[in-house]
Amino acid sequence: MQQDFTYAVARIRYRENKLLNDVDLNTLLSAKDADAVIRQLRDKGWGDNAGGSDPDELLRREGEKVWEFIGEIVPDKSAFDFLLIPNDFHNLKVAVKAITRDIKPDDMFIRNAMSDPDEIYDAVSKREYDRLPDYLADTAKEAMTVLLQTSDGQLCDIIIDKACMEYIYQLSKAKNEEIIRLYCELFVASADIKIAIRSAHTKKRLDFILRSMASCDTLDIERLANAASLSYEDVLKYLETTRYSSAIPAIRVSMSAFEKWCDDTVTEAMKPQKWEPFTIGPVVAYLIARENEIKAVRMILSAKINGLSDDVIKERLRMMYV
Amino acid sequence: MSEFFNNSGLFFALLGAAIATLMAGIGSAIGVGKAGVAAAGVLAEEPSLFGKVLIFQLLPATQGIYGLLVGFLILSNVGLIGEPKDISVLQGMLYFASALPIAFAGLWSAIYQSKCAVAGISTVAKKPDQMGKAIILPAMVETYAILALLISILAIFGIAGMQ
Repeated sequence: MQQDFTYAVARIRYRENKLLNDVDLNTLLSAKDADAVIRQLRDKGWGDNAGGSDPDELLRREGEKVWEFIGEIVPDKSAFDFLLIPNDFHNLKVAVKAITRDIKPDDMFIRNAMSDPDEIYDAVSKREYDRLPDYLADTAKEAMTVLLQTSDGQLCDIIIDKACMEYIYQLSKAKNEEIIRLYCELFVASADIKIAIRSAHTKKRLDFILRSMASCDTLDIERLANAASLSYEDVLKYLETTRYSSAIPAIRVSMSAFEKWCDDTVTEAMKPQKWEPFTIGPVVAYLIARENEIKAVRMILSAKINGLSDDVIKERLRMMYV
Repeated sequence: MSEFFNNSGLFFALLGAAIATLMAGIGSAIGVGKAGVAAAGVLAEEPSLFGKVLIFQLLPATQGIYGLLVGFLILSNVGLIGEPKDISVLQGMLYFASALPIAFAGLWSAIYQSKCAVAGISTVAKKPDQMGKAIILPAMVETYAILALLISILAIFGIAGMQ
């Protein structure tokens, strides 16, 4: 039976008023230091009552609060599996590397995930892969074997990242929501484009590039991989023929400009969800908006701590949902 | 057997009263329930909006009342409430037909009005000062329930005047 999101959307509508807008970000940017930024954020309800001034703690707590709120309004978190499962794959990557290097991974795990990171760590360390969810089991075994046999961390990352992209894409195809499909399409396509650009810069071989990329509807990965094996300009020439041609100016600037382009494209696509009262769309849009908000605040705090100019940060700040 | 058919006028009239009350009532129950879910969501965040969201929740309730009114008028005209009357098969079927406008328009208008009311509740949650505009939109749906009620009532009184 399809889930009803009427209650969740009504609560989201009220919370949307509390999202930071462009004016709020500019006010934060004009604060004299990181402490002043944190004070302003606390006035807006960020963090918890403990009132510490550690920026990382504030952002971590805010990330947790988002998922606590979502858990409260939508009890079945599998509706957001396409957002949470990449964190499972991240945790798997951390677990595999921590086990092979014999280090404690606690701080590196992302807790907002479908599976308990400690359970993943325990299962992988005991080589009990059948205790893992189906989508992780084979990948965990392969990544662990490759890392133990070759000590090639990059290859291990490629195996896990590709499995993640393929699984997310497969998940999106089973969903009815257009907004989720669009998000997942952009998730995979942007990852493929990043791989192509990095591979072109580092002159990777075609078989390596092909091994890293995942298929999606809006890119021909064979053509993209071929272009990446030739040169950076060939990658851009191929992208000119795709729907990502508008990303080329951003790609020419830098990888972070391209990441901003991706986030802005998702935000723009989410905007019609402001008028949708019944579906999961507004909840997804809110989640992504909160993620972008936290990302923007992290940038501002880093800039204040490291003494970067406001103009540098302004260029990187994402378009806000509200 | 012929006696059964001769007396079945009352049965059709009762069926009409039942269908008017039942279908319009179902529509209102669905509508009020749906709007209530959204209202509860807003109240969880901002209890001070109770008065505003309650009005939205009550909007789809009117169809059920219209159905009840038509049902009551039919029962009263055929003598099931008050003084017993002889109702022919034709009259019974006419009463049944007179109940159909509010039965169907009541059911569907309540459901669609509730969708509009939920959207209105979202608007008020975000912009409480836009209450006036937000309430007009679901109220427009009410027009069609009122038109159906009007036709049902005119038909009932018309049938009562027939001999």
